[in-house]
Amino acid sequence: MSGASLLALENLSLSIGDMEILRQVDFAIRQGEVMGLVGESGSGKSMTALAIMKLLPHAARASGRILFDGSNLLDASERQMCAVRGDDISMVFQEPMTALNPVKTIGEQVAEGIRWHTGANRADAEDRARAMLDRVGLPESKFPLARYPHELSGGQRQRVVIAIACALKPRLLIADEPTTALDVVLQKQVLDLLRDLVDESRMGLLLISHDLAVVTDMADHVTVMRNGQVMEQGETARTLKEQRHPYTRQLAEASTHVPARAAPPEQAAANATPLLSVENVVRDYPARRTSLLYRPAPFRAVDDVSFSMQPRHSVALVGRSGCGKSTLARMILALDSPTHGAIRLKGQHLEGLNQAALRPFRRDMQVVFQDPYGSFNPRHKVERLVAEPLHLLDEQPTRARRREQVAAALADVGLPADSMDRYAHEFSGGQRQRISIARAMITRPKLIVADEPVSALDVSIRAQILDLFAELNARFDLAYLFITHDLTVARAITDEVMVMHDGRIVERGKTGDVLDNPQTDAARELVDAAPDLDRAIRRRLARI
Amino acid sequence: MTTYILKRLGIGILTLVFASMIVFAVLEIVPGDPARLMLGMNATEDAIAALREQMGLNQPLAVRYIAWLGGFVVGDLGRSYTYSVPVLDLVADRVAVSLPLAVIALVLSTLVAVPVGIFSAARRGRFADTVAMGTAQLGVAVPNFWFALILVYIFAVWLRLVPAGGFPGWAGGAWPALKALILPAIALALPQAAILARVTRSALIEVMGEDFIRTARAKGLPAGRVLWTHALRNALIPVLTILGLQFAFLLAGTIIIENVFYLPGLGRLVFQAITQRDLIVVESVVMLLVASVIVVNLLVDLSYAAVDPRLRTR
Repeated sequence: MSGASLLALENLSLSIGDMEILRQVDFAIRQGEVMGLVGESGSGKSMTALAIMKLLPHAARASGRILFDGSNLLDASERQMCAVRGDDISMVFQEPMTALNPVKTIGEQVAEGIRWHTGANRADAEDRARAMLDRVGLPESKFPLARYPHELSGGQRQRVVIAIACALKPRLLIADEPTTALDVVLQKQVLDLLRDLVDESRMGLLLISHDLAVVTDMADHVTVMRNGQVMEQGETARTLKEQRHPYTRQLAEASTHVPARAAPPEQAAANATPLLSVENVVRDYPARRTSLLYRPAPFRAVDDVSFSMQPRHSVALVGRSGCGKSTLARMILALDSPTHGAIRLKGQHLEGLNQAALRPFRRDMQVVFQDPYGSFNPRHKVERLVAEPLHLLDEQPTRARRREQVAAALADVGLPADSMDRYAHEFSGGQRQRISIARAMITRPKLIVADEPVSALDVSIRAQILDLFAELNARFDLAYLFITHDLTVARAITDEVMVMHDGRIVERGKTGDVLDNPQTDAARELVDAAPDLDRAIRRRLARI
Repeated sequence: MTTYILKRLGIGILTLVFASMIVFAVLEIVPGDPARLMLGMNATEDAIAALREQMGLNQPLAVRYIAWLGGFVVGDLGRSYTYSVPVLDLVADRVAVSLPLAVIALVLSTLVAVPVGIFSAARRGRFADTVAMGTAQLGVAVPNFWFALILVYIFAVWLRLVPAGGFPGWAGGAWPALKALILPAIALALPQAAILARVTRSALIEVMGEDFIRTARAKGLPAGRVLWTHALRNALIPVLTILGLQFAFLLAGTIIIENVFYLPGLGRLVFQAITQRDLIVVESVVMLLVASVIVVNLLVDLSYAAVDPRLRTR
């Protein structure tokens, strides 16, 4: 097999200082083939990619062989590597918002590599850049070369990154989590684009992802990595259908995990006061002025939204990025006030109240954010982080009482009491998300608003956190509003789904009904684009 | 972009008006009667009262403020109490020394510091970086009057290349004037350059860790080229901020250096005016400095927009 392969890793090991990052990694990619590299964070996926590009951190030491077209890249000089990078081997990165230079136009950035490798003059390079941007779906009529990255959305920026990578028709493209930062609809578009580019020019594609469903959909072969080692590899459909390796099975189970939940609460009596009611809420933002004299019409982020939630109810608010989900959540949390309409918690109006008057309401609703890394002050101990919402109490607890409360909240989320004397950075991503749930739980709220609470987590951790959410829901009669673009989360943990599109709620119903049988275009688009492991395996088997 | 410029300009003018009120008010509160000071200890009360009347000191505060501000607009800054010459002439003579001094010092420090910062960032953690940053640390720590004395000893007393002090004026030609300014400019530039080099280095190092640098490397560009074409422009914002602050400091913060070199600059003028209660000179110089700081800040803001397209739409 290695004779025909475009890229072959043989016994690739890598260490940084005393730390072993990769251990004897072996795999090969043929021309026109898509290889999926799957694994959780820390498994060495990205380091494998950087090793192939030889863009490793300075202290990294690699051994083994990386054969590209028969020659060992590990022996190549930096000069030779510069000739290979961007011409023969290119790379697409995870974070489109930061992968482009903010002070250079997209035309410059695409043309730069072309000029560097081919010596073409500016005009010729720009012609080729124009053609390439057109190919990735950014035609010049709408996206002139003089655009700057900040004038484009995340999905458009990722297309620019792909245009940069594919401008010189590389023979191998490495895509490291190319769609993780995008919503499902954009994800599907970008994956389709990558697949078309592979088919067109018979590139090899190394697709790195933590998402088994995405890889199954895209890759001919799959390599499963864990702790720097290859666990299993083989033809995608067979590997995932048979799941012979226990770790592969574990990954597959975690990514489709549905926590055991008690039956959803009975519909409350019609006259009962709902826990939360949102009535005809509108939020306008002033549009950016383009001239001194003329003020443009405001941008309507949330447009006439009404719904209510009962205690213990778990509701998903799904929609594409920019549809108004987060704006709505901010208003429910009284962090922003609606332009029109009313928001009531337990029958009481929230809008127009000052901070002091909001305090009793804030005790009843808490928030869990997406990023367990960014939402903690790194200089505070866990005790202080978790105790933060206690200032909402009318009577401040004593030190000893406060420690008891923090210990109880930590116990609720399955962390030992002594965690409170440590700092957030001492915990793993999953543990940190537990800490942020403990912080939300400490005032014994009735409603938790969770903004993409598991999308930064690995699949196995994510399954555990979903279990925790389910357990707390039953134990404390908590109601949840999950804001997500990930339909597997909605399916796993919610009773109802609301689909938001362009500021409006366009569809609402029982989770199973909406996801299995969407009625509106917006809902259908989301459901069709959402990666689904079982569906992907079936599709792949059908193709053989 | 036009909106951005107009907005900055508007903010600048407002700041200037506000600053003029504060300057005027503060000097009203300061004890000491200028009329009494001008006439000396033995003056009669009648003479002082007459002079106060003549200087308009008996008029209401608001009237005097408007008159003072109006004078600024038409270039009439009043007459100095102690020198009895128009303040405008007094200030103009001094600006002819201080402005070139500040500009030379700024150019010198930029020309030295930015390349050193780039060099250090490119060789981060290596021997050359350690030496360069150690030197910069020393440059921040050494008091510039002491450094000035060393310079005088070497270049003026020992090598006799330049004068040890004094200023011949521009009338006798540019070269002798520049020769008199070069040592003070170097002394002023040293700490500024040291700070600027450190800022340039750390800004560049931060930018070199950004994702888009990796994208540029993945295109096949060598590390050095990436630093020049991708990192440098992104690192300029903090460098420009420091440059703006330094210029304001250089214009007025030169009292010690002007004393070491016997230069008739703004710093010395304002120092003398304060000790002699020559309030009208103090007011004028302070307003001039405030205006120049505001103008420099405006230029810095505009250069931000030139460097970073994201700021143009704000």
